[in-house]
Amino acid sequence: MLKKKQFVWKRKNLLGLRNLSREEIEHILNTAEGFEQITSRAIKKAPALQGKVVVNLFFEDSTRTRNSFAIAANRLSADVVEFTQKNSSVSKGETLLDTAKNLEAMGSDIVIIRHNAGGTPKFLSKNINSCVVNAGDGFCEHPTQALLDVYTIWKIKGSLDGLKIAIVGDIAHSRVARSDIYAMTKLGAEVILIAPPTLMPPAVEKLGVRVSYSLDEVMEELDVINMLRIQFERLGANPFPSVKEYSHSFGLTVDRMKRAKKDIIVMHPGPINRGLEIESEVADGPNSVILQQVTNGITIRMAVLFLVNQAAMTREKIKIKKESLA
Amino acid sequence: MKSLLIKNGRVIDPANKIDSKCDVLVVDGKIADIGKLTTEADTVIDASGKFVTPGLIDIHVHFREPGDEEEETIRSGSSAAVAGGFTSVVCMPNTDPTVDNATSVEYAHRMGRQARKTHIYVMGAITKDRKGEQLAEMDFMAAAGAVGFTDDGAGVQNASMMLRALKYASMLKNVVISQHLQDDSLSQNGVMNSGYNSTILGLPGIDPLAEEMMLWRDIQLVKKTGTPYHAQHISTAGSVKLIREAKKLNLPITCEATPHHLLLTDDACADYDTNYKVNPPLRTDADINAVKQAIKDGIVDALVTDHAPHLQSEKELEFLTAPFGIASIEYALSLYIKALIETNVIDWPQLISMMTARPAKIINVDKGTLGKGSQADVTIFDPDFEYRLDLSKLHSKSRNCPYGDWNLKGKIEYTIVGGEIRYSAQRD
Repeated sequence: MLKKKQFVWKRKNLLGLRNLSREEIEHILNTAEGFEQITSRAIKKAPALQGKVVVNLFFEDSTRTRNSFAIAANRLSADVVEFTQKNSSVSKGETLLDTAKNLEAMGSDIVIIRHNAGGTPKFLSKNINSCVVNAGDGFCEHPTQALLDVYTIWKIKGSLDGLKIAIVGDIAHSRVARSDIYAMTKLGAEVILIAPPTLMPPAVEKLGVRVSYSLDEVMEELDVINMLRIQFERLGANPFPSVKEYSHSFGLTVDRMKRAKKDIIVMHPGPINRGLEIESEVADGPNSVILQQVTNGITIRMAVLFLVNQAAMTREKIKIKKESLA
Repeated sequence: MKSLLIKNGRVIDPANKIDSKCDVLVVDGKIADIGKLTTEADTVIDASGKFVTPGLIDIHVHFREPGDEEEETIRSGSSAAVAGGFTSVVCMPNTDPTVDNATSVEYAHRMGRQARKTHIYVMGAITKDRKGEQLAEMDFMAAAGAVGFTDDGAGVQNASMMLRALKYASMLKNVVISQHLQDDSLSQNGVMNSGYNSTILGLPGIDPLAEEMMLWRDIQLVKKTGTPYHAQHISTAGSVKLIREAKKLNLPITCEATPHHLLLTDDACADYDTNYKVNPPLRTDADINAVKQAIKDGIVDALVTDHAPHLQSEKELEFLTAPFGIASIEYALSLYIKALIETNVIDWPQLISMMTARPAKIINVDKGTLGKGSQADVTIFDPDFEYRLDLSKLHSKSRNCPYGDWNLKGKIEYTIVGGEIRYSAQRD
């Protein structure tokens, strides 16, 4: 019998999912599953990142992602440094690059970054040696959110192959939607984007998705529905007439749920605007996995931190070996 | 009497329909004779194997002075210009303070004279502080020598204001109203072309319509006023179509293209390298092809650089925050050779015409010609010389250029302004 070749994770950064292979995504999911037992133990600690410094570099408000990363890093025994824009010297005019280089000079091993500008994690990764993990950049990507989304589905359904998944809401300004599209399509699901045309980004069909402007038209077909938050902070351009009208056409209501498959999975990346994009009864109902998503977020982030650190250490070892041979 | 003889070059002077191997004699700063000459001269340049053309003219540069002298000054910018073969440039008014008064126009002229490199021409602002609220003193500026008016860096948003500007300017002689085409209500906070690439990069896009809507509007206004109008850096297939139609109607409308809109598409933004962040943004292959076709058909009048220097520290910011602009004046000819000659879009006389006589006509100056008696602005270059672009060896103060390490052709040997050698590759 042929021995299956062991998959080796090589990335020291997780910048996004667009360039990841199916195999890589599955490897993260498998690694996360391995970490689940730590989460359920009385003493929730493993020594994988002992002595490592993880910096939570957040330039945008966040509670769950930042805390989730912090808890994940703590469970792997890392030292976590919190850095938010309000408390940092960024407000004194220091550039992002200077900030990151300073953090590195203080000995950071992994920098987790959230920023309002798309491409910032990539920019950072080109300029510092620490591992860089994207915790959301502009409306480019939010890879760990998408990973926890597909992990949650995968745990319930066993596979994403052939599933019909709708992503509903402000696709144009959503990093979650983009990362979800990459992860879900790579894992074999059919993705349907649902939003008013004013919230649909240009040429999005090229990503291999279906575009629909009507939730009602597709409701019966869906295996999974992921409701995006109405991002009031991004609605300056007035993409729809009123929240009421939006909720009427694109909100996940009890009525709409009656037409859905019995076992439809209802997801939301949070924080929820109850009664706007999703009715409370649905958010708290039997099909909702919203809190499971949050729990799974920690295991997924443990897996990501573990893998990037491992790749960085392997690189370091190879480098030392090469130098000693030279 | 001071004389200079340029011997044995291929003389390309589209204004006088000359394209032949011959000699050019310059006496006291003026073109004295062209042909097979046997005259002696104080200085003789052997231009065998080289091209001899009227001095190149770039009607769209940003030399940042006053205000941002750390990025470029009129002195450093014009040193870069002569190294690029340019004997005349037109500075845009978006400095700090804005060139919206006669004193500012005179200041730029004076700094240009002191630098003693290239001729400095100036466009003043259409509106005070380029705010689009109140007309700037165009008559005073014209009297001080401004060759035209533009709020470049921004378009004049308000249609009524633009109509007033065109009407008012219609009484002025020898000036052109030049527009940076961008309807802000459509471009919003965009930083790159709107399309597939902006979607996957998660960056706000600028729809081609932002350019085309303003161009369409301005064409209607020019129909009404008849004022000479110049469309800056056209970047979309739609703009090309509009200009074509306007020219069919014999409207006094001209337009320009830049090297980056012929050589680069928005695919180049994939790595978030801010050296590709430019306004109008890099578009698509279809747009490049449309602009090239327009160049071939003579629809585009001038080839410019939109030389827009920026500090490295500014360009090292996030793509969303970094300023727009590409600095390219020193090797612009090479870029145009790559974009238009190597690809057989146009021939040499056409290229030289679009970098000399035709832009001179837009700004109403008696330049871009080797006609007898005209001021001796001459560029001599080796069209076949191949080199790898080394960004460390530029005269500009800035390095915000995406062409580093590109293999290019064409080397400026001499740049002669008013009969004086202001740049020589040997002495560089």
